[in-house]
Amino acid sequence: MIDRPGRWCYNLNSMHKPIAVSILFILLIVLAACRPAAGEAGEAGVAIQNVGSDTIVNLALAWAETYQTQNPDARIAVTGGGSGTGIAGLINGTVNIANASRQMKAEEMEAAEENGITPVEHVIARDAIAVIVHPSNPVDNLTLPQLSDIFSGRITNWSEIGGEDRPIVLLSRESNSGTHVYFLEQVVRLGDKHASILFSPDTLLMPSSEGISAEVRQNPNSIGYDGLGYVTPDQKTIAVAADAGGPFVPPSIETVNSGAYPIARDLYMYTNGEPQGAIAEYLNWIRSTEGQKIVGELGFVPLEVE
Amino acid sequence: MDDFPAGEAVRTIIVIAMKISRQIRQQLGFALLGITTVIVVLPILLLVGYIVAQGASAISWDFIAAMPRDGMRAGGLWPAIVGTLLLTLGTAVFAVPVGVAVAVYLAEYAQDTLLTRIIRLAIVNLAGVPSVVYGLFGLGLFVIFLQFGASILAGSLTLAIMTLPVIISTAEEALRAVPQSFRIVSLSLGGTKWQTVRRVVLPQALPGVLTGVILGLERAAGETAPILFTVAAFFLPRLPQSIFDQTMALPYHLFVISTQVPGMPVRIQYGTALVLLIFVLSMNIVAAITRSRFRAKRQW
Amino acid sequence: MKNSFYETLIERLIRVTGVLVILFLALIFLFLLREGGATFFEASLRDLLRTRWYPNEEQFGLLPLVLGSLMVTLGAAVVSLPLGLLTAVFIAEVAPRWVREILKPFIEVLAGIPSVVLGFLGMLVISPLIREHLGAPTGLTALSGSVMLGYMALPTIISVAEDALDAVPKSYRDAALALGATRWQTIWRVTVPAARSGILTAMMLGIGRAIGETMAVMMVTGNAARMPLTLNSFLMPVRTMTATIAAEMGEVAQGSTHYHVLFAIGLVLFLVTFLINLIAAWTIFRQGKRYGRLLS
Repeated sequence: MIDRPGRWCYNLNSMHKPIAVSILFILLIVLAACRPAAGEAGEAGVAIQNVGSDTIVNLALAWAETYQTQNPDARIAVTGGGSGTGIAGLINGTVNIANASRQMKAEEMEAAEENGITPVEHVIARDAIAVIVHPSNPVDNLTLPQLSDIFSGRITNWSEIGGEDRPIVLLSRESNSGTHVYFLEQVVRLGDKHASILFSPDTLLMPSSEGISAEVRQNPNSIGYDGLGYVTPDQKTIAVAADAGGPFVPPSIETVNSGAYPIARDLYMYTNGEPQGAIAEYLNWIRSTEGQKIVGELGFVPLEVE
Repeated sequence: MDDFPAGEAVRTIIVIAMKISRQIRQQLGFALLGITTVIVVLPILLLVGYIVAQGASAISWDFIAAMPRDGMRAGGLWPAIVGTLLLTLGTAVFAVPVGVAVAVYLAEYAQDTLLTRIIRLAIVNLAGVPSVVYGLFGLGLFVIFLQFGASILAGSLTLAIMTLPVIISTAEEALRAVPQSFRIVSLSLGGTKWQTVRRVVLPQALPGVLTGVILGLERAAGETAPILFTVAAFFLPRLPQSIFDQTMALPYHLFVISTQVPGMPVRIQYGTALVLLIFVLSMNIVAAITRSRFRAKRQW
Repeated sequence: MKNSFYETLIERLIRVTGVLVILFLALIFLFLLREGGATFFEASLRDLLRTRWYPNEEQFGLLPLVLGSLMVTLGAAVVSLPLGLLTAVFIAEVAPRWVREILKPFIEVLAGIPSVVLGFLGMLVISPLIREHLGAPTGLTALSGSVMLGYMALPTIISVAEDALDAVPKSYRDAALALGATRWQTIWRVTVPAARSGILTAMMLGIGRAIGETMAVMMVTGNAARMPLTLNSFLMPVRTMTATIAAEMGEVAQGSTHYHVLFAIGLVLFLVTFLINLIAAWTIFRQGKRYGRLLS
């Protein structure tokens, strides 16, 4: 202590603390002022920000990985968060490519214009929304009106639709998910733009597709919906008919492309304006045979490539 | 429901219990307390053991040091580990100087004024703010208002403010634990107050301060909510290059792979949980060692 | 003379950092107020008190979320308060020295387990158990959340309560024993009442921790914004305020009503924990003790 005058290391330690604090704060202010110049995304070192739909995220990830092994200069950063997140990011100007499993709403388009962003839509794959249940569930077929009643809470027990006497546990994606919005509009509201019916408040909103899968896999009471690419062999898909008379069609690549499966949709990527440079190259690659091959491998429906 | 036999049994037990001697009642009481403690402690042991059992098979050098492949389902955790290390370091850089300075103020310079009471109140409150509210605050101030964007800088600053209360309180305790006699001797030998603090009190309190710092950083390393909106990313093509970059982080990574990636082998999920646990608990061990060395070596 | 100028400068700087702490807290409050307060220009109070939370369609009823948080916290309190107090009593008064030395670091270990790990375990292990053995439609329930939260609040309660019990002067116990009381009677009629303000503080801090927890509840409570009005609701899913913010913040466009409402929820959380901490701190200050270990 005091009889060890040579302990300079203690000096360094304690003496410079308040000075360090002041320097740090000055640094902070200075740092705030000089940001590195935001380069064009995709150029030397600046990553393309690819954010959005959790339905698309694994596809986007697979694309990014494959593309980057082929083009080592390319830099693509992929994050999920839901279609709403990606679109919000595009509107805020923080995202280069927004993945969306639904189309942008009119309000979002307006908000984008106000921010000086011009969203351009690109269809990058197609998808079926599969209705999934536990493998032990005896129910095989459901009509759209039945699905609407189930998910809005009007039907609450499996016995009402030919199943066992069990309560129905509803699983859904979070409200920021394009899949959620699509299902609400096309299935719960049966495509009626003026309907105002909502999901039952008892619906469990799972953080993502895997959350739904995990619960369906182990809970015989459950029913959920998700992109075809997320259905695993330990789940059972329901064959869906548009109405009580029609044919019950199971979801698959063929039934989507033929139009027979009633709950099918396009998957989108939105950019600010027509894409240029590295972003354009990436999008073209995605829509090429190579990119679409990955789509098929992941269980989505590839576009018909000319 | 056949409640009655059970009700009768309970009543009988109570009557008997009241007649038993105080000594036996005391033993029973102590046993009850012991059982309660076991109820608290045992599940944790079981749960941690479960993670170890399920996740140990996934641990390998590759798992730790390689980049993730195949949509995170294979390969390693390296970017997440690096990210957590960077964030912990960033938190330390901002929180330690400020925290120790405040602790010095409270222990050595402050009088019992209204201002001091308000400062202490503020510290207790900072400790109580929910982690997701810190995330909101970090988003509002650092990401949006100061325009740092989602970055290591924003994340570190947010985590730093969150960690301040822990560092301040333990550092202050450590400083106060230094006996007054040390200060008196130093002052009587002609040292100024600041010299006394700098050369006498702080060095003596250093191990205690260090313990607090480590415990605080351990908390920061394990948090997810504050980094959700301020820095974390699902997949980045390469390691972060500057403090304005986003980064992956272990807690967020565990959250993502257990809730968002389909077909994620359960083994890898448990393995990631295990790595995070090891990371955090080893800091615990270091802190405990520092604390006991402090007790052994201190000069009073 | 230069020396004393330097000396004063350092002292001033150090005092400034003290004020910084207040500044941070005020900043947090101000930001929440700024972004959250705007809600009241865009949605009426009546709108916020509705029972349906569906932001996509501009339905911002906060009641299900507030009740959800309350319910999970209540359950956590029921789990952690008795267990925490009894364990603290055990560690402070009953356990032999060697047991204490093992238990105390162990409680610290529990405190260090990240909430995302507990949520992960809750999701994979506890939820299926609750579904299979308690007959709940799904294992993702308020009860699951309460159990996980209860365990997360335990270390706080135990360590603060134990400190409080430790601080009771030995003379109190000695006097009781000298008057012929058993140790058991001494604990419950002398020591615990003497430490009651510290124990109360411990409980409040534990509850504060439970209210503010995010990741664990997000992973195990199912996140369904339903109104939990009956006792049965413990076996049904709920959605807490914290999980709502974490789940939805990423998707909001800045400046939208949804954005402002989420900040308003954050403001509510801040004020609730502020109030709890205020009461807890006031109790400590009345006794003139320091709050030392309760923050670690």
